[in-house]
Amino acid sequence: MFEKILIANRGEIACRVIRTARAMGIGTVAVHSEADAGALHVELADEAVEIGPAPPAESYLRGERIIEAALATGAQAIHPGYGFLSENADFVEAVEAAGLVFIGPSAEAIRAMGLKDAAKATMAAAGVPVVPGYHGADQSPERLLAEAEAIGWPVLIKAVAGGGGKGMRLVRGPGEFAAALASAKAEARGAFGNDAVLIEKFIACPRHVEVQIFGDGRRAVHLYERDCSLQRRHQKVIEEAPAPGMNEETRAAMGAAAVRAAEAIGYAGAGTVEFIADGARGLRPDGFWFMEMNTRLQVEHPVTEAVTGIDLVEWQIRVAAGEPLPLEQHEIGLEGHAFEARLYAEDPGRGFLPVTGRLEHLRFPQGARVDTGVRAGDAISPHYDPMIAKIITHGPTREVALARLRAALSETELAGMRTNLDFLARLAAHEDFAEGRVDTGLIERAGGNLLAELPPTSEAVALAALAAMGLDGRGHPQEGFALWQPLTHGVELIAETEEPEAFDARVTVHAPGRFSVAVGDERHEITRDPVWRIDGVRRRVRLWRQGGRIVVFGKGGGSFRLNDPLEWAAGAEVSADVVVAPMPGLLRELDVAPGERVRKGERVAVLEAMKMEHGLAAPRDGIVAEILAEAGAQVEAGAPLIRLAEEDKA
Amino acid sequence: MKLQSRFRPGTEEARANRAAHEAALAEVAAAASLAAAGGGEKARARHLARGKLLPRDRVAGLLDPGAPFLEIGATAAHGMYDGAAPGAGLIAGVGRVHGRQVMVVCNDATVKGGTYYPMTVKKHLRAQEIAAENRLPCIYLVDSGGANLPNQDEVFPDRDHFGRIFYNQARMSAAGIPQIAVVMGSCTAGGAYVPAMSDVTIIVREQGTIFLAGPPLVKAATGEVVSAEELGGGDVHTRLSGVADYLAEDDAHALALARRAVASLGEGGLARLPGGEAPAYDPEEILDIVPASLSVPYDIREVIARIVDGSRFDEFKVRFGETLVTGFAEIEGQLVGLIANNGVLFSESAQKGAHFVELCSQRKIPLVFLQNITGFMVGKKYENEGIARHGAKMVTAVACTEVPKITMIVGGSFGAGNYGMAGRAYSPRFLWTWPNSRISVMGGAQAAGVLATVRREAIERAGGTWTAEEEEEFKRPTLEMFERQSHPLYASARLWDDGIIDPRRAREVLALSLEAALCAPIGETRFGVFRM
Repeated sequence: MFEKILIANRGEIACRVIRTARAMGIGTVAVHSEADAGALHVELADEAVEIGPAPPAESYLRGERIIEAALATGAQAIHPGYGFLSENADFVEAVEAAGLVFIGPSAEAIRAMGLKDAAKATMAAAGVPVVPGYHGADQSPERLLAEAEAIGWPVLIKAVAGGGGKGMRLVRGPGEFAAALASAKAEARGAFGNDAVLIEKFIACPRHVEVQIFGDGRRAVHLYERDCSLQRRHQKVIEEAPAPGMNEETRAAMGAAAVRAAEAIGYAGAGTVEFIADGARGLRPDGFWFMEMNTRLQVEHPVTEAVTGIDLVEWQIRVAAGEPLPLEQHEIGLEGHAFEARLYAEDPGRGFLPVTGRLEHLRFPQGARVDTGVRAGDAISPHYDPMIAKIITHGPTREVALARLRAALSETELAGMRTNLDFLARLAAHEDFAEGRVDTGLIERAGGNLLAELPPTSEAVALAALAAMGLDGRGHPQEGFALWQPLTHGVELIAETEEPEAFDARVTVHAPGRFSVAVGDERHEITRDPVWRIDGVRRRVRLWRQGGRIVVFGKGGGSFRLNDPLEWAAGAEVSADVVVAPMPGLLRELDVAPGERVRKGERVAVLEAMKMEHGLAAPRDGIVAEILAEAGAQVEAGAPLIRLAEEDKA
Repeated sequence: MKLQSRFRPGTEEARANRAAHEAALAEVAAAASLAAAGGGEKARARHLARGKLLPRDRVAGLLDPGAPFLEIGATAAHGMYDGAAPGAGLIAGVGRVHGRQVMVVCNDATVKGGTYYPMTVKKHLRAQEIAAENRLPCIYLVDSGGANLPNQDEVFPDRDHFGRIFYNQARMSAAGIPQIAVVMGSCTAGGAYVPAMSDVTIIVREQGTIFLAGPPLVKAATGEVVSAEELGGGDVHTRLSGVADYLAEDDAHALALARRAVASLGEGGLARLPGGEAPAYDPEEILDIVPASLSVPYDIREVIARIVDGSRFDEFKVRFGETLVTGFAEIEGQLVGLIANNGVLFSESAQKGAHFVELCSQRKIPLVFLQNITGFMVGKKYENEGIARHGAKMVTAVACTEVPKITMIVGGSFGAGNYGMAGRAYSPRFLWTWPNSRISVMGGAQAAGVLATVRREAIERAGGTWTAEEEEEFKRPTLEMFERQSHPLYASARLWDDGIIDPRRAREVLALSLEAALCAPIGETRFGVFRM
């Protein structure tokens, strides 16, 4: 067994590998970029070596630096995690050439699976089902029809040179075939100057089902399947194991096919064989087809660990150290159901664009497995994947595991940036998902509903108002003291939803920890003693506050900003529309003309006064609407000189 | 040592006491609510329509949310001026801004345009007096048309009239007590000096105005036609005249600026009590314990036990002059000397009181007076032994001590007892009353009896006769007058005190009063000649 390994990765996966290595009594070496010097994986590892600047190409992708670091620290093996160098055959060879062990498959296996078409051919040869289709040169209608019959209806006719749906026809039966083929060919000819077509099986309701396999270079076992159908533009969002609707027969067939695939290339270590299945007809032993094989540990491996009770990283290390597969196929059990949700720093309201910033507050729920590489106070930088954490739940049944996932998402507290947390919560509550009706199109179909941000509840606004006023703490014996008439404090909060919404809350403090809060027409009686009661009901309230920013966590909560009149007025001042003469003087120069664009601080005029020339600056970015004085004119103090066009409210 | 209460809950007597107190409390609450409503719905709606915040909301917007607000004269002018000036058209009190204790004085423009009635002036001056004595920064939220013209003879000419406000501002500023004005409406004529005399002035754009004479008077005087904004609006005063320093966009902005101004003050208003254990006995029980009638005696220690930290009381001279209870206790961790009546004052009680005041003065321990006093004992024996001399010692001690005095009238306040127990004339830093209290030179029955005796003697000297019925008829108006005038609402309306409080909150009121009082350093006491 190794005494020390190096983890050639960062973030949650580096932390996750370190955890297992430590449990096995193996020393750990982290590598890190300059930007990650204070990262969690660096803190957790026994040793850490800096390998270059923040961009991955200059650090985490520099194999030679990583190998040097391993040699320098005496690490005997390198765990690549996922991404970065994990599927880089050249790196594997370099590692081995340096006398180190690569914890993963051989360079040959990686290469064999790296080219998708070649991989498909290899798999077909090994008897692994691939998506049926005809890619032949014989384009006679008779031949094409015969191939379609052989594939089985419905089929897709696709232009070989095609794209964008041009020259594509869905054919449900032989009767429609001739006409569809003719029109597809005509369209392809027109669009691409090439009317060659291919025929492919049409999968109405595609599901992404993958099988976790594990090989020792000769033999392989499988650790059952995962369903990763909940995808958004090919990015997995929530994964689960086992696949909903799976039956023993199909599972056995799929597992056997995956093992065949692994053994066909002499696979060593953890790998994943991805299949596409047709959800429309239910999972069937003859209804799945090979897509590709991932020759690494997958992001979603924890759901497999949850249902099998196996630590896949431990297996990776043991197999890499030369041990045989720890369990025979029949010894690998499957218990309950597990989900994984991927929490990202991204803005669902803006096409899921990654966001960067500091995690001002971060708290994960008890009772769920959370794999993360960040802590509160850490930054999500633009250099790396914006994943914050994976939240994994397990339960005896799918219903229980999913309920736990929903609870865990609702318990997760995060402040400082926009994330997909609420999106995940809505997805986890989606009816089709709850019923197990999953396919890769679910998120797109549900789109609007999943993206629709719910406005915060009036309770949340009320709590945010109390927090904004600093009334969420321990209080003091004279809190809210008034002789007869309590004072009512007004506060304006801006809910930081996609379309920011202003809320006026009026807070009356009756006694220590006793409040009435009016939000619009809603009125809540709230007590804090120190547990919170809202309108008589005991509630678990989770709040975060920093300066004028408040987050109320949980369902119906929201992020708020306190509308500070000082900032508001300062803004009003800065965006003044008119440049005025600060003192009486001679307007020497006018540097701008109507219609001209100016930038804030740019000189727009020169005023001569008291024998000095004073440059006058644009108060804000904008367009000059009007010149109100002539160059050479004597002007009074306060005289308007230049007016900027009113700001575009959009 | 922890006091032991003898109170037995659930008795008929306790129920009767509570019922009487609750009725009295309800009466005060109704008066306070009337005052807080200001000039009524219509005036409030008009005020809001101008984009202004209501006066209490202005005060709330200035102060730290949830921080205590010790309001002064909450029911001032109650029942006066035919009810035209609820709360005397002014809100005043000790509140907190960024944790600092400040005196807020806020005009209620919904009450006759915020003009000054005699009681308005008195309340404003009292607020300034509290600020000056306790060195509390002053924040004036100004929205006032100046003196109430129909009452000009009672608000303008005398020493403690309108002009005294600006005199106080100048003197306080000189003493290093910050003066901040926020002009949120009119500041006309004399009122213009409130912002002009302040250290820092904030004015709301197109809402606040400051001028010595408004547009109508200008037109009458010189024929010049000018708008209020051109004459003395926010733009003019922050850009041209320099009368104001900060221009605010609206009320909320103005209050935020005022808060920021307070944040930049140096010392002052920062005293804070250490905090202490709650009383071992529930203050709620005060309503059950204190008798409904002032003529029923009870042990004042039952009240003390429901005010002081942990109900612990180190009683001084417990066996001597028993009708005056003296001793040390803590209120929210602050050591105080308590002086409380437990019956009529005798020579011994007065001597003990004087002794205890001397003790506290030397040690600079603040004094708390719990006043329930029918007066000094009368009669030949007492006069002959020199009770006046002994009483004078106590009055001298109370008058001369430099330690802060807080007085709470928890029952009767009659005659010279009022003096010895730090009545209004003895300048306690704060004077609070309970709804069951009564204050007058003597009891109504005694006063009527004295008058009737004099009358009977005159009639009988002239050889006439006076029936019992005639005597009752004669006494009735006096009884009624005393009953009306000794009522705490009558007293508080005239600012003979700083307000009526809920006895259950006596501890908090005392704590807050002490906290304010301790903002000023305690000086060395020099007593006058004690008649030995």
